Amino acid sequence: MSRKITRRKFIVGTAAGTAAATFNFPAPAIAQAAPFKLGLLTVKTGPLAQGGIQMEQGIVTFLKEKNYTFAGRKVEFISADTGGSPAGTKTKAQELIERDKVDTIVGPLAAFELLAITDYIAQQKTPCLSLAAAEDLTQRRPNPYFLRASATSSQAMHPMADFAAKELKLKRMITISEDFAFGYEQMGGFQQTFEDNGGRIVNKLWPPIVTPDYTPYLAQIEGVDGVCQGFAGSNPLRFMKQYAAAGLKYPVVTGETGGDDALLRSFGDEALGMYSCCPYTLDLNTDTNKRFVAAMNKDYGVDPGFYCAGLYVNGMVVEAGLQKTSGKSDDKTEFMKAMKSVSLTDTPRGPIKFDNFGNVIGDFYVRHLEKANGKFINKTVKVYHNVSQFWTYDEKKFLEQPVYSRNYPPLKS
Amino acid sequence: MTFWLVLTANSITFGGLLFLLSAGFSLIFGLMRIPNLTHGSLFMLGAYIGATFVIGMLGVKMNFWLAAVLATLTVAFLGALAERMLLRRLPGDQLAQVLVTLGLSFMAADFCLLVWGGDPLSVATPPELAGFARLGVLVFPNYRLAIIVIAVIVAIGLWLLLDRTRLGAMIRAGVDDPDMARVVGVRVSQLFTIVFALGAGLAAFAGIIGGPILSVYPGLDQDMLPLALVVVILGGSGSLLGSFVGSIIVGFIYNFGQALLPELAYFVLFFPMLLVLLLRPQGLFGRHVP
Amino acid sequence: MSGRVFALGVAFVALVTLPYWMTGVYYINVASQILFYAIFALALNVLVGYAGLVSLGHAGLFGVTAYATGYMLQLGFGHPMAILVALVISLISVAIYAVLSLRSTGIGFIMITLALGEILWGLAYRWISLTGGDNGLSLKTRPEPFGYSLSDATAFYYATLVIFLLSLAAVTVFVRSPLGAALMGTRDQARRMSALGYHVWAIRFYACLFSGLLTAVSAILFVYYTQFISPQTLGLTSSAEVLLMVISGGAGTLLGPIFGAGLVVIVKTVVSGFIERWNFLLGAIFVAIVILMPEGLVPGTARLWRLARRKRARSSKAIPGSAEAKP
Repeated sequence: MSRKITRRKFIVGTAAGTAAATFNFPAPAIAQAAPFKLGLLTVKTGPLAQGGIQMEQGIVTFLKEKNYTFAGRKVEFISADTGGSPAGTKTKAQELIERDKVDTIVGPLAAFELLAITDYIAQQKTPCLSLAAAEDLTQRRPNPYFLRASATSSQAMHPMADFAAKELKLKRMITISEDFAFGYEQMGGFQQTFEDNGGRIVNKLWPPIVTPDYTPYLAQIEGVDGVCQGFAGSNPLRFMKQYAAAGLKYPVVTGETGGDDALLRSFGDEALGMYSCCPYTLDLNTDTNKRFVAAMNKDYGVDPGFYCAGLYVNGMVVEAGLQKTSGKSDDKTEFMKAMKSVSLTDTPRGPIKFDNFGNVIGDFYVRHLEKANGKFINKTVKVYHNVSQFWTYDEKKFLEQPVYSRNYPPLKS
Repeated sequence: MTFWLVLTANSITFGGLLFLLSAGFSLIFGLMRIPNLTHGSLFMLGAYIGATFVIGMLGVKMNFWLAAVLATLTVAFLGALAERMLLRRLPGDQLAQVLVTLGLSFMAADFCLLVWGGDPLSVATPPELAGFARLGVLVFPNYRLAIIVIAVIVAIGLWLLLDRTRLGAMIRAGVDDPDMARVVGVRVSQLFTIVFALGAGLAAFAGIIGGPILSVYPGLDQDMLPLALVVVILGGSGSLLGSFVGSIIVGFIYNFGQALLPELAYFVLFFPMLLVLLLRPQGLFGRHVP
Repeated sequence: MSGRVFALGVAFVALVTLPYWMTGVYYINVASQILFYAIFALALNVLVGYAGLVSLGHAGLFGVTAYATGYMLQLGFGHPMAILVALVISLISVAIYAVLSLRSTGIGFIMITLALGEILWGLAYRWISLTGGDNGLSLKTRPEPFGYSLSDATAFYYATLVIFLLSLAAVTVFVRSPLGAALMGTRDQARRMSALGYHVWAIRFYACLFSGLLTAVSAILFVYYTQFISPQTLGLTSSAEVLLMVISGGAGTLLGPIFGAGLVVIVKTVVSGFIERWNFLLGAIFVAIVILMPEGLVPGTARLWRLARRKRARSSKAIPGSAEAKP
C-alpha cells in the first residue's frame, strides 16, 4: 500500500536549500525573490483516483529531488482535487489561477477535464502541461499555452501497429477499447498504421466505460490472429482476466494505459505475453530514471508507471524552462516559448523535445510482459526513436483527415 | 454456434452473480421498505476485505472461502451497527433514509480509497475451481459455473429460512403487517436488525465471490448499484423467486443486448427497466406495487 | 416573526453587497455557484418536498437544457435565441419526463426517473454528432444583457443573484398559492384530494413543469458559468448530489435547499482545498444531519433554536415564547 500525501499545500524552501541551489545553478541575472507557484490539477476521490494519486506522487518526487527549487527560485506547490468532473476542474483551475496565482499548472488527468478548461487557461495565458491525451488540443484546435510531454492518444499506437505488423507478423486483428474519445483515438491510430502495413482490422468493439463483464464482447473475438486493447484505469486488469477466462489465446497488444507499469503489481499470470507500447518504461537505463524509480520505491513503496513518470517529466520541463528564462516567469508568453523550446536528453522516458503544436517528440518503447524472479516485468524489446504525434505521415495530410473517432478510419468490409 | 452457447452460459452465470448482489437489496427493501443505497458500497467493502485476506495483505493469507466468510460476517456486523444506530431512528422517513444511506456510501468509498489506495486488486480464482469445463463444443471456466451453483445454494438457503423457520415466519409477518406482528409478540425491531445484517452480509458475500471475475477497484460500488436496482425492479422486490428469475433475465439482457445491439449498449438495461416500470410497476413477481 | 424578517434582511443585504466584502474573484465565483445550484435545489424541492415525489433523474433534465444551449450556440445562433430555444426544449422534455414518471408514485416514481436520467446520460455519450460525446461542448462566450458583459465574475454574480431572487420569489408564490396548497394536499393525502374532486395527476404534472422550468433556468446559468457541458453532468451521481442538497437542507421548506446547496458546494470547492478526504467529510456531515436534525438543516436549526429560547424563557420564569411559525 502506498503512503498517502497528507498535507495538501507544500511550502518548503530552506535557506540551506536555496543556498545550495544558487551554488549549483548559474546565478540568475535578476534574483527572483517571489516563489514560483506550481499548481497541480488531479483527481483524488472517486474512480479516477488511481491515476490521480500517481500523478501527485510523480511530481512530488521530482520536487523533492530538486529540494523545491527550480533555477534558484523556491517552488510553492499547490495540489487541487478536481473530483473527476469537468465543472470541478474548472472551479479548481479558477482557484489555482485566480486565488493562488499559480505560474504554471500541471494536470489535469482526463481529456474531458482538459477540454473544460482549455479556453480558460488560454485566456488567462497560464502555461499548462498535461497528460490528457485529447488529440485535437495539439492538432486541429491547438492551445498555444498547452504542452504535452507524454503522448497523444494515438502516438503510442502507431509504433505498436508497426511492431504488430512487421515484427509479430499479425495480419487480422480485432480492436477492443472503451467507448469514449480516448478509446477511439487510440484504436483509430492503430488501425491506420496497421492497415498501411498490410494488416486488416476485422472488427472494432466498444464496450461502454462501465462494463463489469466483458464476456459479450469477448465472445465475438474469433477468426483473427491478434487483439488490440486500449483499456485504461483499472479496466485492463479485469479485461485480461476475463480474456484468459474466455479461453482466448491470441496475442494481445496494447498502448500506454493497457500495459502500464503501475499495473504490474496487480496483474496476474493472465497478462503474460502482452505487448504494450508506452512513452515510459520502468527498465529504461537512464540515470534520471534510475534515480526516479529508486525515489518512488523509497517514498511510496511502489514502482512508477505512466502517470507518475509523466508528471515527473512535466516537472523537468518546467524546471528546464525556468533555467532558460533565468528564473523569470512573469512574462507568460516568453516562459511558454522557453518551455516549448526545451530539449532534454536524460529523462525517465529518454530524450524529448516538442513540435510546433506543443506535443512531444520522443522515444516510445515496445515491451513484453514477462515474469522474472517471481515478479511481473515489462521487458523492453524495441525502441522507436523520435516518434511524433503524426508518426511517419505528412503533417498537413494528417490534419486534413478527420480526428480519429468511432467510425474513422472506417472498417474495410 | 459457440458464440450463442457462450453467451447463454454466461447469461446464466452472470445472472447468478446478480442474484447474489441483489438478493440482499430485495430483502431489505421488501421487508423494511428502505431503499438501501449503501448496497453498492457494502458489495465493495466485502470485496476489499475478502481480497485483503486472499492476497495476504495483512500478512495473513487465507483460503478463499474462509476469506469470503470473514468478509461476509464483518460487513454483516457493520450493517447491524448501521441499522441500530442510524436507520432505526428513521422509520418510514424515506428522505432521511436516502440521506443517511448515501452519506454512508460516500464515507465507505472514501474509506476504501484511504485504506487500499487507488490501485485495483486482483483476486485469484480459488485453485480448486481454476480451469475450464468442457460441455460438448462449449469450453467454459469452472469458476463461473461454480457461481451459479453458489447462487442456487444461497437461494435455496434463503427460501428455507423464509419458508421453513420460525425466524422466516416472523420476517414474513413483519413484511405483511408490522403492527399486528408486534401485537402478536414478534420483536420487530430486532428482526429489522437481523434482516439488515443479512442483506449487508449477502452483498459482501457477492462482492468477494465476484472478485475473481470483476477484480476490486475504486468505483466498483457505483458500477454495481444500478445493476442491483435493475434486477429488483424487473424481478419485483420482496420476492425471492422474483430476484432469482429477475437476475437471470437481466443476465440474458446484458449479454445478448450488448453483443447484438452494440450501438445501444448504454441503454440495454435501462430501456427494459423503464418498460417494466411503465407497464407492470410491481415487476414480474412482486406482490405489491412499490 | 420579526427576528426572521431581520435575519432575511441581513442576508439580502449581504448577498447584494457580496462582491464588496468578499475578498477575491474566486470566492465571488463560489457564491455564484451556490446561487445557481440553489435554484436547481429549489426546483427539485418543488417535487421532493412539496409533491412528495423523489426524482433521481433531474440531472438529466438539467443536462438537456445545458446541451440545448450549447448546441444552439454552436449552430451559430445568438444568446437570446439559444436561451429561448433551450427553454422551449426543456419544457417539452420535462413534459415527456413527467408523463412517463407520473404513471407511478413513491418508489416507482424514483425508479422511473432514475431510468430516464440514465437513458439521457447514455444519449449524451452516444449521440456524438449532437453532443460531442464525452468530449463535450464548449461555449465560447457569455451573454451580454443590456450591454453588460457577463465574462466578468462580478457581473455574472449579479446576474445570477437577480435570477436567484426571482426564482425564490416564484417558488414562494407557487407554494403559497392554491396550486401549491393542492400539491401539498396530494403529497399528504392523495386519495382524499381525489375524492374531493381535485385532479391529482394534473396538479402533479403542473408541478413537474414548474420544476422543469426552474431546473432549466439553473442549467442555463450553469452552462454559461462553466462554459462547458459533458455527459458527466447528467449522471446518477449528479442527480444524487442535488437530491442530497434538498434533503440535507430541509425538503419542503423554502430556505432549506438553499442551505443544502451552500453546504455541498462549499465542501466540494472550498473545503476540498484543505481536507483531502473531503468526500468522507461530506458523507459524515450528512450522517450527522440525520442523527441531529433529520428534518434537515434549516428546520432542524430552527427547532433547536426554539428549544434553546424556550429553555431560556423558562429559566427566567417568563411565559414561553410566541407561537412558532413554520420556516
